[in-house]
Amino acid sequence: MQNSAVNQKLMPLHPNDNNEPLVKIRGLRFYRGNRAIFDGIDIDIPKGSITAIMGPSGTGKTTLLKLIGGQLRPDGGTIHVNGQNVHQLNNKDLYKLRMSMGMLFQSGALLTDIDVFDNVAYPLREHTKLPESIIRKLVLMKLEAVGLRGARNLMPSELSGGMARRVALARAIVFDPEMVMYDEPFTGQDPISMGVLIKLIPRLNKASQLTSIVVSHDVEETSNIADVIYVISNGKVIAGGPSEQVANSDSPWVRQFMDGQADGPVPFHFPAEPLETDILGN
Amino acid sequence: MEQLAQLGRIGISTLERLGRGHVLLLHMLSGVTALLVRPKLLIAQIHSVGVLSMLIITVSGLFVGMVLALQGYYILSQFGAEETLGVMVAASLVRELGPVVTGLLFAGRAGSALTAEIGLMKATEQLSGLEMMAIDPIKRILTPRFMAGLISMPLLAALFSAIGVIGGHFVGVGLLGVDDGAYWSQMQAKIDLHEDIFNGVIKSIVFGFVCTWIALFQGHDCVPTSEGVSRATTRTVVHSALAVLCLDFVLTALMFGE
Repeated sequence: MQNSAVNQKLMPLHPNDNNEPLVKIRGLRFYRGNRAIFDGIDIDIPKGSITAIMGPSGTGKTTLLKLIGGQLRPDGGTIHVNGQNVHQLNNKDLYKLRMSMGMLFQSGALLTDIDVFDNVAYPLREHTKLPESIIRKLVLMKLEAVGLRGARNLMPSELSGGMARRVALARAIVFDPEMVMYDEPFTGQDPISMGVLIKLIPRLNKASQLTSIVVSHDVEETSNIADVIYVISNGKVIAGGPSEQVANSDSPWVRQFMDGQADGPVPFHFPAEPLETDILGN
Repeated sequence: MEQLAQLGRIGISTLERLGRGHVLLLHMLSGVTALLVRPKLLIAQIHSVGVLSMLIITVSGLFVGMVLALQGYYILSQFGAEETLGVMVAASLVRELGPVVTGLLFAGRAGSALTAEIGLMKATEQLSGLEMMAIDPIKRILTPRFMAGLISMPLLAALFSAIGVIGGHFVGVGLLGVDDGAYWSQMQAKIDLHEDIFNGVIKSIVFGFVCTWIALFQGHDCVPTSEGVSRATTRTVVHSALAVLCLDFVLTALMFGE
């Protein structure tokens, strides 16, 4: 499927809003060595939506978040966030832009030498001169939002994987950003933690009027909470649009991914010479 | 032809690493002024890099001083010059062994810890996390550690030399019977503030600069896996040790050469 066709199918989530997407990616190309991770992809992230970026492992979903956040530079194409070309900003403006973004890393990325409270308070202490009494209130409110106000004195090593991600989420939203990027939020979670995150992401999105980008390969969980889905494979966007539309797509690429088929357009076997030749020789 | 290409690849890769190392150094130095506003960051790192290295430096200094006195006494007594033992011990320590051995111990204890810490922060995305919080991880995390290494190393070298002199006194005067007054007075008369002590301090500052730079660069540049961090830690110790020994020769030639 052509990217332009994908984008034409995208319906604005809030027809009365300004139709300009919060994140606009055009012709994005990114290579690792000779391998194309992205080969001219176009993606729009509508304001106020939960947009899922899905695809098999190794398709560059996390790389895409790093490109949006300006941590990596593309080999071609542009990424506009809120009308600003991320990769043409100087360091000062890029850091300013990042203050309106939050990112939930797969590992949580909590600082291991300080406790939960200090982790959440960290960006506030670095960027503001707010008195400690205000910082305390803000941090407790954010911890309350993720259900971990009681865990404020725990060290990161004392948290379960799910708790660590919720603390990281509290830290990501402590500045009330416009956009939060979730990197594989459901990976390795037990059913209870996963259930908590599935509830939390749409709730925060609505309550804080966020725009969320969820990168994941957990089809069912992500489809349930996403308004818009993009499926990426082999460096191309193979499907994109409202979640029902993508979920019902009859494209063999999309069906293989959504239905979890072992073989299909993405082959089960890694490219190799024929088995007979490999075992019996020439 | 293939070997030539391989050689070229190694050369380019080495130059690239050198370039990245210098860019990192400039980036770290650009954050020094911000430290003046937040001295707590520096103090915490001086504790971690310097104060926690004091035990190994003290014990090593003591034994090195004691061995110097034993060996020195054996040689000097053959010429009837045991009274100059204090000078020999002190000069060896402040000119050479203090900065060099402290540099080697510093690389092994503090340098490897810095590399592992920064490497693990990279592997667990803590540095990326800071970047996404609009905090420059190099200025916030690396610069205080760099300055702490730079400040701690000369102090640790001074401690090493001072404890070494006491160790030498214990063996020379306490066990081998060298005259107490001669041990101290000869040292006082012959050790020159500029020629010996000042040059030793310069050496220890240079070693501190280089060892901390190597340690932080290796941590920041490592492959973010457990194997990558392990290799980076090994490289820190090896490169720092070689740098200390090579620079010691160069500095000694410049300072004391004819």
